[in-house]
Amino acid sequence: MTIAIEVQSLTKKYDKKTVVDNVTFSINAGELFGLLGVNGAGKTTLIKMLSCLIKPSNGDAKLLGKNITQHPEQVHQLIAVSPQETAIAPNLTVRENLELMAGIQGLNKVNRKRKADEIIMRFSLKPYENQRSKTLSGGWQRRLSLAMALISEPQILFLDEPTLGLDILGRRELWSLIKKLKEKTTIILTTHYLEEAEALCDRIGIMKDGKMKAIGTAEELIKISKAATFEDAFVYFVTGGDIQ
Amino acid sequence: MRIFLFAGRTTKEIVRDPLSIFFGLGFPIVLLLLLSAINRSIPVTLFDINEITPGIAVFGLSFMGLFAAQVISKDRENSFLTRLFTTPMTSKDFIIGYSVPLLVMSIAQGIICYIVAILIGLSITASMIFSILLLILPSLIFVSIGLICGSLLSEKAAVGICGALLTNLSAWLSGIWFDLDLVGGLFKDIAYLLPFVHAVAMGKAVLNGQYSAMFPHLWWVLGYAIILTILAIVIFRKKMQAD
Ligand SMILES: Nc1ncnc2c1ncn2[C@@H]1O[C@H](COP(=O)(O)OP(=O)(O)OP(=O)(O)O)[C@@H](O)[C@H]1O
Ligand SMILES: [Mg+2]
Repeated sequence: MTIAIEVQSLTKKYDKKTVVDNVTFSINAGELFGLLGVNGAGKTTLIKMLSCLIKPSNGDAKLLGKNITQHPEQVHQLIAVSPQETAIAPNLTVRENLELMAGIQGLNKVNRKRKADEIIMRFSLKPYENQRSKTLSGGWQRRLSLAMALISEPQILFLDEPTLGLDILGRRELWSLIKKLKEKTTIILTTHYLEEAEALCDRIGIMKDGKMKAIGTAEELIKISKAATFEDAFVYFVTGGDIQ
Repeated sequence: MRIFLFAGRTTKEIVRDPLSIFFGLGFPIVLLLLLSAINRSIPVTLFDINEITPGIAVFGLSFMGLFAAQVISKDRENSFLTRLFTTPMTSKDFIIGYSVPLLVMSIAQGIICYIVAILIGLSITASMIFSILLLILPSLIFVSIGLICGSLLSEKAAVGICGALLTNLSAWLSGIWFDLDLVGGLFKDIAYLLPFVHAVAMGKAVLNGQYSAMFPHLWWVLGYAIILTILAIVIFRKKMQAD
């Protein structure tokens, strides 16, 4: 099995505060990895470093062999990111937003249109296709923001709280799309919905205060923590329990 | 390819805002009509159509700075730019994609301004074309200032600075509405250290066919254009690789 993401002692400090603390782990190609942790644990910061938005204070990571510190432009060819915040071009229509992202990722005109059609259908965006995105409701803007990351068929996909603010239909659509993508995409997703992580993810990493506290499948984590449910296991790790 | 797509997006983002169309195109034209109407009842040389047109053409460009600042600061504020920073877009794609549409709009605005001036009495000359083409330099100045403000400031501050301050600076310190010699003193000295009055003087000289009179103004404008463009590129690139 090939390793898609290899994180080596990755650290991020803001002034004296260590926000991501010496994190080391790896993710296999085609794996769906869930990144969990309470608010402020450092999940978004870790994703930002892996997507070359911010520079690590220490350590490094390789995405399909490309170093994030040395070759950010090569890393950007491999990835797509759905940020925690909704990020759309307000005066463009839904379709224009999607086709713009597809084009920026290098798709030609025909493929842009085809991919946009596909994703519009999958996310039930058809009725809003030609509406300016700033006039969509919050949840629909969120879907669009998500769809913009999914349109480009990246090799590695980062989804930072993808289901935040989505209704149940939106979540189901996303789940089915994630399951389909999983065949050829390595996915890292963060979420605060534990049942979502348990149901979707191959493996889960739990962060606390910038440190990776535990990594494993949901069952493994339950077992290690001697908990009854995954939620109990999560609480165990984020309240001080440790594997060592 | 990416540049084209992104430039197209910048254009849409701006022209779909009715307020920008009003300020960018409507406002300068209203001023032009107003001043030439005033001039017809109380003739003042400064407000002759061949004096006022190059001035208003430059003043109109200040809105391009505002648009640049607005688009960029908005993109930063709603995380759209952050998202784009995770794509293969390069700083060149961004800078050209943001600024070229505005430079094109500047020329378009200049052309419309001159067409309106012709309709109300400006005589058609070949030098008109040069005067319009030379607008590209002050346009670079304004767009670069917009890029810098948009990259560094919040939307509110960027729009405040470029919308209120820049347009006013370019109005008051450019010698469009009143002769700076009449004010003189420090005011005049400051005005002549800034590029606006030079851009207007250069435009007037060229429009009236007095090509040698465009110096040294051209050097001032060119200097500011080069320095600000470089500064904008440096600042944007710096912002791109934050932390
Ligand atoms: N630019 C910054 N300067 C200083 N501190 C920062 C900065 N960015 C993030 N932090 C701090 O880093 C810590 C981790 O933030 P991060 O956004 O990674 O958390 P998170 O796990 O994504 O949380 P959430 O679940 O709330 O999204 C927080 O304490 C935050 O205040
Ligand atoms: Mg977060």
